[in-house]
Amino acid sequence: MNVLRVDRLCKSFGSLNVTDQVSLAIGEGERHVIIGPNGAGKTSLINQISGQIQPDSGLILLQDRDITGCSPDRISRMGVARTFQRNNLFQNLSVMDNLRLALQIRHGTPLNFFLPAAGSAALSERAASLLAKVHLPIEDTRLARQLSYGEQRQLELALALASEPALLLLDEPTSGMSPSETAQIIALISALPRALAILMIEHDMEVVFSIADRITVLYFGKVLATGTPQEIQTNDRVREVYLGLSR
Amino acid sequence: MDLFVAQLLNGLVYGMLLFLMAAGLSLIFGLMNVVNLAHGSFFMLGAFIGYSIFRSTGSFWVAFVLAPIPVIALGVVMEVVFLRRLYRRGHMDQVLLTFGFTFVFLDLVQSVWGRSVLRLPVPAALQETVQIGWGVFSAYRLSLIAFGFAVAGLLWLLLERSRIGAMVRAGVDDAAMAAGLGANIPALFGGVFGLGVALAALGGVAAAPILGVYPGMDADILIPAFIVTVSAVWVACAARSRAAC
Amino acid sequence: MGSLRGAFAGSLLIGICDTFGKAYFQTVALFLIYLTMIVVLLIRPQGLFGIKYSNVAAAPAITTRVGAVTSSTRVAELAALLALVLLPFAVGDYPRALVSEIFIYGIFAMSLDLIFGFTGLMSLGHAAFFGLGAYAVAVLGAQFGLNAWLGVIAGVGLAASGAALIGVFCVRTSGIPFLMLTLALSQLVYTVALKWRDVTGGSDGIAVAERPSFFGLDLSRSLPMYFMALIFFVLTYWGLRRLLNAPLGQAFIGLRENEQRMAAIGYRTRAYKLLSFTIAGALAGLAGGLYAIFNGFISSDAVYWTASGDVLIMTMLGGAGTLIGPAFGAAIFLLMKNVVSSHSEHWMAIIGGVFVCCVMFFPAGLWGTARGILQRAPK
Repeated sequence: MNVLRVDRLCKSFGSLNVTDQVSLAIGEGERHVIIGPNGAGKTSLINQISGQIQPDSGLILLQDRDITGCSPDRISRMGVARTFQRNNLFQNLSVMDNLRLALQIRHGTPLNFFLPAAGSAALSERAASLLAKVHLPIEDTRLARQLSYGEQRQLELALALASEPALLLLDEPTSGMSPSETAQIIALISALPRALAILMIEHDMEVVFSIADRITVLYFGKVLATGTPQEIQTNDRVREVYLGLSR
Repeated sequence: MDLFVAQLLNGLVYGMLLFLMAAGLSLIFGLMNVVNLAHGSFFMLGAFIGYSIFRSTGSFWVAFVLAPIPVIALGVVMEVVFLRRLYRRGHMDQVLLTFGFTFVFLDLVQSVWGRSVLRLPVPAALQETVQIGWGVFSAYRLSLIAFGFAVAGLLWLLLERSRIGAMVRAGVDDAAMAAGLGANIPALFGGVFGLGVALAALGGVAAAPILGVYPGMDADILIPAFIVTVSAVWVACAARSRAAC
Repeated sequence: MGSLRGAFAGSLLIGICDTFGKAYFQTVALFLIYLTMIVVLLIRPQGLFGIKYSNVAAAPAITTRVGAVTSSTRVAELAALLALVLLPFAVGDYPRALVSEIFIYGIFAMSLDLIFGFTGLMSLGHAAFFGLGAYAVAVLGAQFGLNAWLGVIAGVGLAASGAALIGVFCVRTSGIPFLMLTLALSQLVYTVALKWRDVTGGSDGIAVAERPSFFGLDLSRSLPMYFMALIFFVLTYWGLRRLLNAPLGQAFIGLRENEQRMAAIGYRTRAYKLLSFTIAGALAGLAGGLYAIFNGFISSDAVYWTASGDVLIMTMLGGAGTLIGPAFGAAIFLLMKNVVSSHSEHWMAIIGGVFVCCVMFFPAGLWGTARGILQRAPK
């Protein structure tokens, strides 16, 4: 069973086809990387899968359930988590409060209006284990906006992991990071449980080839090629339009 | 039948007054994205200042021409000194700011003119009634309707046919792009705000013989003008999006 | 410029409808106008004016958690409470009544703060729920001889259901469209209060038939009235602080901070906004009911849109996004209105000027700014 199957997805803004008959499938535990030049429609594709944008036509199936056009919150509850290209945190809340917000929807009592949110030991434990997973200090009382850029990216990842997703969408998790920060976050992603399927947008070719089980190349909204890293590296059209440009 | 036509005429007159308000409101909102809750205050200030000028000169026409000038000055000062500093901070703070000014202006009016209802008489030349077809109409009301049409026409010419109008239209679509086209955005904002205030003040003087002059007329006129603005721009958007499809 | 043509046609249309409506269909005329606006805003809430509102969030500049309860805040609170308990014994009837009114408006302002300061939605129609609460007490008392306390309970229920109903429409939007929808819908309530004269008394108002007793104490005396208001004020403050530190309140704050992320981590954002709006409406209804008992009279002025503006000023002045701040804002506003106005004609210019300065230079409000300074000082 595929974790995610996208079938002939189309989306246009006016005369611009950002997603043009895109089909792809992600198996269980697969790490699938989407590459493509700027404007290829990578983020638009992720936004459609996670419900931020409504597709014009086509199908999106999550574990064989149709989620096409569902709202972002519904898709999230069905087991898709995502990070954003630009940090998208609760800037004025503490690191712990950020995590509690993400955790309480599944593991807490979000409608509780009386007992302190900070009082739940179970949630605090889960938050601590998430922080450990993304290598952030556990006793962190800082506000999200006081973190360094790299730490904010780590927290971004922790927020996505909090819902224990079946599918994780990562929109350029290394963007704007220094080489050492990049190495750290790639190590984090590689160390995630193998059962978790990941769909990830990435620009850095070294990162792509070190992580990917399979790669899909998007070009002007269309799928140019899809296959294993070896197949993509040796694909003539990909070399021509994409790899040729970056080398 | 007479009553029906008279009502229709009254409705048109009220509509023209609303238009003077709504045109300014929608220009300011369209260009700067500011909901100007103080727009009714400018209407009220126009009426009161017009009343005073009439009392000292005895001429409605002098009042009609001169009253908007101090009001425009107030409005431009408000835009340049206060609103302009908040463009970066978002539009909600600007809404709050303009609401704060309604207090200041209402206090100003009450302390200068008191709290009673004042009346500005209809100018002598227009006190006649005119016989058309079915009935007898007030010349003042008829000329108000004509004035409304004239203002609408002039505004249309200004926006559609002049270079400044082109800049305003570009600014409504995208301020950054308009700046790229060489528009001086601060001057444009100040100018359009001043124009909107001028229309409101003119409306205030013109309304004075009909609606009376009283503190509180600001809040009373603002809401219907608001509704017109919101509905109007919605229609414009609907038309534009049909054209795009 | 399509909107100019639209403004012209719309003005004439509304002008004529309004005039004919007033002449022939007195009672429904005003409704028609507000309904137009509401329908328009509902059909096209986001694309209004062809301008994107994505970055228009109110986002009050508040950074810390609400009353993270430490021992020093506990001590400060107990001291303040003690002072408030002792205060009425040191002063006469008039200051007692004034402070009672401040408590009641403090509840009103804190309720607006929940939706505006903590959930990030600026409402310009909050007086509608205050009015529903107040009219419930006065009208049910006059029509059915209902005890005023039952009236307060009915008022809270009425305000909550009114807020839920109005909220269903409003929470589809945010930013400026939200502001305008709340304005239009609350004006609808105002129109009912103004036009349904047989029941509400219109602009002449309606008196509360009988002042109830409060646990056997006579509320026509200023001391029991003071303690009644104080008790409700403290309960509201305490309840709201529990709420804001609890998971639900944290979710409201999350909505203010980042609605998109809240949806991405699985929250039904509209439902949470509606819940916040309903709770805020219910508390405003409570304030309205208490005000009817306190004042013994309610008229349609209390529901006019400027009354919603007044409470917005109180909230902002004290500090939107701080819990106790709006109560201070209410105190400043009412002191200006009642005390300054007896010495100077210009209380409105003063409060308007103070408010303008506050928006310009202290967007965190007086309490928010003071707290910011206090927190920075020890470090």
